[in-house]
Amino acid sequence: MSKNKSEYLINRHDNQYEVVIGLEVHAQVTSESKLFSTSATKFGAEPNTQVSLVDAAFPGMLPVINEYCVKQAIKTGIGLKAKINKRSVFDRKNYFYADLPQGYQISQFKDPIVGEGKVILDMPDGQKEVGIERLHLEQDAGKSIHDLDPKNTYVDLNRSGVALMEIVSKPDLRSPDEVNVYIKKLRSIMRYLGTCDGNMQEGSLRADVNVSVRKKGSKEFGTRCEIKNVNSIKFMQMAIEYEANRQVDLIEEGQTIDQETRLFDTKKNETRSMRSKEDAHDYRYFPDPDLLPLEVSDDFIENLKSEIPELPDEKKKRFIEKFKLSPYEANILVSDIETSNYFENVIKKSDVKLATNWIIGELFAALNEKNLEITESPISAGNLSKLINLIKDGTISGKIAKTVFEQMMEGDKDPQKIVEEKGLKQESDPKTLEALIDKVIDDNRDKATEYKSGKVKLFGFFVGQVMKVSGGKANPQLVNEILKKKL
Amino acid sequence: MSDITKQSLSELVENIKNKKLSSSEVTKAFVERSKKSKELNAYITEDFVNALNKAKKFDEKPNLDLKLPGIPMAVKDLFCTRDLRTTAGSKILNNFVPTYESTVTQNIWNEGAILMGKLNCDEFAMGSSNETSFFGNVQNPIDKNLVPGGSSGGSSSAVAAQLTPITIGTDTGGSIRQPASFTGTVGLKPTYGSCSRYGIVAFASSLDQAGPMAQNVKDCALLQEVISTYDEKDSTSIDFKRNEYSKELTKNIKGKKIGIPKEYRVDGMPKEIEDLWKKGIEYAKDCGAEIIDISLPHTNYALPTYYIVAPAEASSNLARYDGVKYGFRAEGENLIDMYEKTRSEGFGDEVQRRIMIGTYVLSSGYYDAYYLKAQKVRKLIKNDFDDAYEKVDAILTPSTPSSAFKIGEKTNDPVSMYLNDIFTVPVNLAGLPGISIPAGHDAKGYPLGLQIIGKAFDEQNILNIAYAMEEKINFKNNITDWWIK
Repeated sequence: MSKNKSEYLINRHDNQYEVVIGLEVHAQVTSESKLFSTSATKFGAEPNTQVSLVDAAFPGMLPVINEYCVKQAIKTGIGLKAKINKRSVFDRKNYFYADLPQGYQISQFKDPIVGEGKVILDMPDGQKEVGIERLHLEQDAGKSIHDLDPKNTYVDLNRSGVALMEIVSKPDLRSPDEVNVYIKKLRSIMRYLGTCDGNMQEGSLRADVNVSVRKKGSKEFGTRCEIKNVNSIKFMQMAIEYEANRQVDLIEEGQTIDQETRLFDTKKNETRSMRSKEDAHDYRYFPDPDLLPLEVSDDFIENLKSEIPELPDEKKKRFIEKFKLSPYEANILVSDIETSNYFENVIKKSDVKLATNWIIGELFAALNEKNLEITESPISAGNLSKLINLIKDGTISGKIAKTVFEQMMEGDKDPQKIVEEKGLKQESDPKTLEALIDKVIDDNRDKATEYKSGKVKLFGFFVGQVMKVSGGKANPQLVNEILKKKL
Repeated sequence: MSDITKQSLSELVENIKNKKLSSSEVTKAFVERSKKSKELNAYITEDFVNALNKAKKFDEKPNLDLKLPGIPMAVKDLFCTRDLRTTAGSKILNNFVPTYESTVTQNIWNEGAILMGKLNCDEFAMGSSNETSFFGNVQNPIDKNLVPGGSSGGSSSAVAAQLTPITIGTDTGGSIRQPASFTGTVGLKPTYGSCSRYGIVAFASSLDQAGPMAQNVKDCALLQEVISTYDEKDSTSIDFKRNEYSKELTKNIKGKKIGIPKEYRVDGMPKEIEDLWKKGIEYAKDCGAEIIDISLPHTNYALPTYYIVAPAEASSNLARYDGVKYGFRAEGENLIDMYEKTRSEGFGDEVQRRIMIGTYVLSSGYYDAYYLKAQKVRKLIKNDFDDAYEKVDAILTPSTPSSAFKIGEKTNDPVSMYLNDIFTVPVNLAGLPGISIPAGHDAKGYPLGLQIIGKAFDEQNILNIAYAMEEKINFKNNITDWWIK
């Protein structure tokens, strides 16, 4: 659909359309307790077992802000290179629903805790900056369960009052690919910070996706539609593709786009109208009189700054400068904090170049095959480091190393021991090798003659024979040297 | 001892401490009198059997170091009380029994007092006559046909009729001071943030404050010192140094500067009120206070401001009464139908009126013109008081623009009803403490009250002024026990 490799455009007749996307990401704050109550927040608990009188909105119950959640939001703001607002206000967003016990959600409307910031995306053709409009704290609602009973709806309030960060991007994204990279980057930053686990299956990260289209080159934005509550990157991408094409079709037919809220049907792969602008809720926002404005001091912010770990962008820069990694390699290794920690542990005692190749190559492939995270790797960083040293000092060849690696994947075994037990040590004694080579040449007199008469391609055959006879243990470099002399 | 119920709280505390009376004797006396006074309709829920048992228990092991040792007390039914039905005067909470206790009532029980029952009030404290209660109107012990004021009408009636030695009410726009004025009793609305709102059914969060209602200033001071505590469970609770108000109470107010705001001379104010105010000024002078004319220029805007801010907050605070989790539910075809039926049947007219006003003023397109503007005016009203307190230590005004009116007289005229709060509302908007003390009678013999408004956190000062004036005024309530057959 797109003309060059990076630009995502939709072509219809003679027209080219650009897609404009903005995201409102809802990220669950990593916290033991809820935003305004002391109830637990564990995922998967029995329904209605993590609900306090405050969460269930009993008469006379009052919210009290959880300082830890405030710290988490500010840390995230720092990670997004954003302005931290020393004064923010909690507002009530009023609407009725069975899983919203208060009849309002406590959120931040006019004065969010975090203002403008930015996220850098590493795209195949270079970096792209995406602006962050704001980040605010709000309560999650409970869960309505409609399929337990044909007539009744059940309500689980475990999630009611759990702290969310709503992170609103500027309309800077231009393709489903950019959305993919943006979400992953956001998740990576929050995981580095420990402010959101980013687990999309458990609903810790979901997004409302704003999509509009405009003719290429146009400066004005088209009318946007908001696709509500999409909970996987794949679905976001599918929803954007469908929605952008739907809008282009409408424009091509001479129709106008209605500003509306839509739902993405994952089974049919289409978006459907949920409500139009006219039907939009009037949330009657006003400052929550049960809570004073939230004020934080410079010291409070500075203290949090000192707790911020090295973030992916800085880490990547360091990896490139200090370890001479390519941007591609650095990107992969910093993408999540566990991988970068693993990498740094491996290279503490082994060669950087080899470590990079082995982690990005063999290890990732093997983990992928077993569907394991880096934290679940059967091979510890220490043992991978030992394996790399065995290669580096010539104890084993790269080929043998792969055999050893496979065994290590079966359980965290010391590669040194595997090499010793299985007798896999590389043969590098010139005399032993010479004897081997002599025998191979002797056994293949006719081929040796052909080689000498100019059929140089046969050299490879001899190398192969020597390796075969040695059980793969012959030092390939020495074999090459000696063979050349002998033939 | 037939005259137990005629004793003030301070007397009862002393008699129990001196072992002249037991808690059981006192509790029994108030329970008996309460039982004989059903016609007043002051109670929504009685808890007499438990009260007598608790009194007996207290007497078995009396802790006489407490501030309210074995004192029986009925409280406004807006305070959540553990295991005892709490209705807020509404059908929608008709069957609601809390599993928790409000901080204010907990403070009271911690000092040895015993719960006798829950007192009638306007539905969700919205009203000035106790006529909006789902549980029927309350009669003023002064006269069968009179309202006791509101919203703490059951509380004022019960204290004046001596069904309880003392009580607590809540005051959002005058709901303690106006009923105190109508019944010849003393009522204090403390500084906003002085008493915790935790466990009190909310009406308007930025205005609601609990406070004592008593027969005299000293009792009022004693209860205030019990109920006022800093509470982490209420984010608007303020951590300031609280006095032992009753111990530090003094009649020496010599040299105190008392302001008289000219804007409180409202059009059409009855001459009796004007005269009462003048008399009050003379009493204050007699006590050695200095009288200074002041101006509170935005007073005129207080009532309209209040009737935007309070309904706005109420419309949101009352959203939780939706039939889903607790309280009354009317079955419906679907969720929306259930909401509509539950809230139409569960809330009375006045509550529905205020929910609609509140919803309207917060609506998009009207927010700036109403709610936001009201917040700005509220700030101006507060600034007026700040400016005045540069010059004076307290302000003296009438508590209400009239004496108690007749039952049914204003029920069809909400605006006339709202006007009753004209002198009390600015105090809530500014978050200040105010006390109403009985100061005289009108031509019909109905009590009239004066209000003393203080600086924030300066409860001690207005209690002292009230204490000094109380002696000079020497008010006597004319209560004939007409309802006891």
